Amino acid sequence: MANPREDPLVIAGEAFGSRLITGTGGAPSLAVLRDALTASGTELTTVAMRRVDPSAHGSVLDVLRDCGVRVLPNTAGCFTAGEAVLTAKLAREALGTSWVKLEVIADERTLLPDPIELVDAAEQLVADGFTVLPYTNDDPVLARRLEQVGCAAVMPLGSPIGSGLGIRNPHNIELIVEAAGVPVILDAGIGTASDAALAMELGCDAVLLATAVTRAQEPALMARAMRHAVAAGRLARLAGRIPRRRYAQASSPFEGRTGT
Amino acid sequence: MEIAVIGAGVVGLATAWRTAARGAAVTLIDPAPGSGATSVAAGMLAPLGELAYGEEELLRLGLASRDLYPAFTAELEDATGLSTGFRGDGSLQVAFDADDLARLDDARRFQESLGVPAETLTGREARRLEPLLAPGVRGGLLAPEDGSVDPRRLVPALLAALEKLGVRIVRRRAAEVIVTGGAATGVRLDDGTALPADRVLLAAGPWSGGIGGLPPGAVPPVRPVKGQVLRLRTSGPFLTRTLRGLVRGSAVYLVPRADGEVVVGATQEELGFDTRVTAGGVWELLRDARDLVPGITELEFAEVTAGLRPGSPDNAPLLGPAALPGLVLGTGHYRNGILLAPVSAEILTAALLDGEVPEIGRPFVPDRFEVRA
Repeated sequence: MANPREDPLVIAGEAFGSRLITGTGGAPSLAVLRDALTASGTELTTVAMRRVDPSAHGSVLDVLRDCGVRVLPNTAGCFTAGEAVLTAKLAREALGTSWVKLEVIADERTLLPDPIELVDAAEQLVADGFTVLPYTNDDPVLARRLEQVGCAAVMPLGSPIGSGLGIRNPHNIELIVEAAGVPVILDAGIGTASDAALAMELGCDAVLLATAVTRAQEPALMARAMRHAVAAGRLARLAGRIPRRRYAQASSPFEGRTGT
Repeated sequence: MEIAVIGAGVVGLATAWRTAARGAAVTLIDPAPGSGATSVAAGMLAPLGELAYGEEELLRLGLASRDLYPAFTAELEDATGLSTGFRGDGSLQVAFDADDLARLDDARRFQESLGVPAETLTGREARRLEPLLAPGVRGGLLAPEDGSVDPRRLVPALLAALEKLGVRIVRRRAAEVIVTGGAATGVRLDDGTALPADRVLLAAGPWSGGIGGLPPGAVPPVRPVKGQVLRLRTSGPFLTRTLRGLVRGSAVYLVPRADGEVVVGATQEELGFDTRVTAGGVWELLRDARDLVPGITELEFAEVTAGLRPGSPDNAPLLGPAALPGLVLGTGHYRNGILLAPVSAEILTAALLDGEVPEIGRPFVPDRFEVRA
């Protein structure tokens, strides 16, 4: 069970063997990025459309092509629904994909999603035929609304982008998972491997991370750690954890001891 | 020996100077010498501020080149009577908020683990050195050995030195490397003229990958990385040394010159051969620079330019023989072209004239990318 071949991540009818989705932001060099992507085993990677020229040679897109990783364009850097929709359309034209990771940011200090602009942009893009994967707050109601307007997944944050603070509200993530009829992808805030494992144990279908790997001292090593953490967290979720107890319970039975 | 150098940026110019000084007959080919990234660059000589995990060898190269600068510029100034704007008065890295300070501290620990001592300053100490720093600055690192040079003075000085040594400067575009019998034997210009040479140095920055005639394995893997840079001007006292800052996670630098110019940079954009300056680029630079040095808004806004750095897959330069006999590569200097010019010129001169790469250049020979090509 949970061999990636038998337990694929399915988004909008498309299957992925890896449940780790990566970003490219923060990579010190393309060579480091390439090694990290390879070590992560990822099959889907997001790229900020505002920060690349798809026609330029030798760019990050070439690295992804070489690695055989599918490109998921994102709308990072957009503050309004209008900008995000425009950026998504440019990405569709340039890359020939109607998939988009939708980001609409409220301010640069926190990089938190602007929920109102986000829902507005999601509605417009779904109506235009896009497969929309929105980066959202860890708010169960907002996640539900995004699913209702037709998003193909919801991507709640663990904590702010690049902060490495982990999952600050695991309870909300559980509530989102419980209610969701589309894949839930924990996006943003992962600091180290245990954070990624926790996300999967909480029932997320996948984890998206960038900085935790790209800014690590040894990015390829951290990428490998994340790959194992996501797989381990997934297995633990499927296996079902034991209930927590206040007091010890011996793991070997007491029955049959001599003298009783 | 006849040497053809394609590209008269700082690396091509410095190498032409060194090879000509050793008696080679040098032809330098560039439609507009010194007009690429060299003319936009700020000219910081501050290798520690560029330090990143996994780039330890690049730091060693940068430190070696910085330490060559005083003699390199003195010799050039003696030979030509022209100033290079070199100053060796140190650099100061500062952190704006607590997160920035944590990152600076991480950089300090990494630097010390490499055996390079660091001089740590509190915010107060940093402000004693540079009184115009914002009161909120949390702390800093001083690198007294660092400095800066003015690339717009360095280029005319190098050109004058070349002229004295009889280097021929051809102001045309190089169309292709001429290959005969499996070796580079010269350069063909865009008007069809053939310039024969015993060795060819390809130092055309981000355009190095676009030169014709090369077999696929010899094409250097370089790409343009756009950088927008501002030039401000002051008539009064301002900063006394190069200042680098981390401001809410983004990096900015201010390089003061003796003539009152203050260079503020730089954005990093992966947008191909695009050199447009943008409102957002200017805004981000001014926003961060003003947070560090509030008085900057009083300065005259003189110029904004965008240059194209030659980026390589691992951020380090390609120095040495290409996979084509007779061709030597000197490109991929990315953010460090000015800093690395003296050491690159030494390495490339040895590669061109002696056919060998000195010890310090070995980690940077181009064949490190061949496995993946």
